[in-house]
Amino acid sequence: MFVEILFYAFSAVLLAAAVGVITSRNPVHSALCLVLCFFQSAAIWLLIEAEFLAIVLILVYVGAVMVLFLFVVMMLDINVEELRRGFTRFAWLGWLTSFVVIAQIVGVVWFRGFGVDATRGMAPLPPDYSNTRALGEVLYTQYFYVLELAAVLLLLAIVAAISLTMRRRPGLKVQDVARQVSVRREERVRLVKMDTEKKP
Amino acid sequence: MITLQHLLTLSGILFALSVAGIFLNRKNVILLLMCIELMLLAVNFNFVAFSRFLGDLDGQVFVFFVLTVAAAESAIGLAILVVLFRERRSINVEDLNAMKG
Repeated sequence: MFVEILFYAFSAVLLAAAVGVITSRNPVHSALCLVLCFFQSAAIWLLIEAEFLAIVLILVYVGAVMVLFLFVVMMLDINVEELRRGFTRFAWLGWLTSFVVIAQIVGVVWFRGFGVDATRGMAPLPPDYSNTRALGEVLYTQYFYVLELAAVLLLLAIVAAISLTMRRRPGLKVQDVARQVSVRREERVRLVKMDTEKKP
Repeated sequence: MITLQHLLTLSGILFALSVAGIFLNRKNVILLLMCIELMLLAVNFNFVAFSRFLGDLDGQVFVFFVLTVAAAESAIGLAILVVLFRERRSINVEDLNAMKG
């Protein structure tokens, strides 16, 4: 009973935050609402005993991706009013689409069924079960090559993001440390031989 | 008792809200990226729920990889957005007509 109340509370806050993300006037508020969404989802995942993914969701999404989003939102000088113009023009289409999607999903899940008995609860896990350990055992044996592939994908993302955003600005006065260090005496000092002047 | 139906309905509503968000904020690229993140979250919800209720760990492994790909996607997407803003001084989708699409 207590778990149910927690589930409904987390779900309500999650959906309210999702509405905040899509209707907020300020992109910073949207990003913060999205952070709240991720926190609530992590809590619900903890309730259904997927602990490792809940922690990963908070560390990766809240800690890295959303901070990146907030950085970009605050760095760019966006005219929000310009982007908000025509906000309600296709709103009816959006709400209609989402209503149809919700109706179909509710119809399938609650009335049709899909070959799975969806009405029973979770099977209890053994007391010494560790979600992280079980996931690690599968990841490093059965899915090892896929894991390596994911690592390569992250490297690719690093290289792509840096090479996209790096730029050389002409006319910028910066010091070239390598040239400063490798400078030779001959490049700086010039010895000039000249005759001494006669005294008048 | 939380059942599979509850979780699937929750993720369905979340997905529908993010679809509505894409319709509402169709000019703002940052909001579009955020709505895509919300959609991925809803999909991950389904994976975790089915994995837990069917007693099969492969769903959670899949969520792990979806999180990886989504992080890479948003990093590259935001990098493209920053370059775009430098070129055009705007992130309005309607200004992106260089390819006459």
